[in-house]
Amino acid sequence: MKRPEPVQVIKQRRDKALQSLLQGVPYIQFMGFKFDRRGDELTGIMPYQDMLIGNPMLPALHGGATAAFLETTAIVELSWAMMWDRMEAGEDVTKLRLPKTIDFTIDYLRAGLPRDAYARATINRSGRRYASVHVEAWQDNRSRLFAQATGHFLMPQPDTNT
Amino acid sequence: MTNERQTLIAKQFISALPYAHALGMEVTEIGDGHATITMPYDLRLVGDPETGVIHGGAVSALLDTCAGASVMVHGSKPVGTATLDLRIDYMRSAKPGDMITARAECYHVTRSVAFIRATAMDADTSRPVATATGAFTIQTAKGGKT
Repeated sequence: MKRPEPVQVIKQRRDKALQSLLQGVPYIQFMGFKFDRRGDELTGIMPYQDMLIGNPMLPALHGGATAAFLETTAIVELSWAMMWDRMEAGEDVTKLRLPKTIDFTIDYLRAGLPRDAYARATINRSGRRYASVHVEAWQDNRSRLFAQATGHFLMPQPDTNT
Repeated sequence: MTNERQTLIAKQFISALPYAHALGMEVTEIGDGHATITMPYDLRLVGDPETGVIHGGAVSALLDTCAGASVMVHGSKPVGTATLDLRIDYMRSAKPGDMITARAECYHVTRSVAFIRATAMDADTSRPVATATGAFTIQTAKGGKT
């Protein structure tokens, strides 16, 4: 029987794959999005920055920043699920192409407060070509969502010349 | 309020929104329930490093801002608005290097809700990059907070 890999080797491989996914996208860097990983579960984090404000009177987060956060969390979750098996098999997953958004519907449930936000995505359907993903975002309280969204994505096709 | 004055106020209003400012948005036309806002191409906003295509999230932000602006200049003169929901359809990738222009129309309002549709385009104005429909809250001066 094969001996299990040392925990550090597994952690390093997974963290490296996740970092390569995030660092490859300039917009993720610009927005400062982070992802917390526990096993294969990801939580998106949008650390608060003054530039994210859309309503200076309240103040409240810009709906566009929230939308970007939710959409990014959905794409990262999909990519992560897509690369998981190959990564665990020891393949190089640093050159994966990203899914493309077909449509995205955002529900704003309450004003985003000027503080960190968190999001988690659930893949409700993932086929060879299309995927449907639901995302929930909250701030202080996991059960009080401030936004949620559902989107459809076009999955990258394996390299063929057809 | 004269149209020019309304335009000036709207422009100042948008430039005071930190996130709109961070993405380089500029109001080019506004009034009577319509708004046009531009967003220059910027390498920081790239979502697909292989192609240099702008991230959908930046396009969403432009459409959301433009839609909100069109609500603010609707004839019913709301004093405040916020997005209730926004559906965005991404028709094609924006051409890397092109400025993106969004145009929104607030086509119906009730006492507490405004309905909008919006389109985002790059230099090829015959084929939209993305379209959006949504509902916004409306706060009117006399009705107080909704």
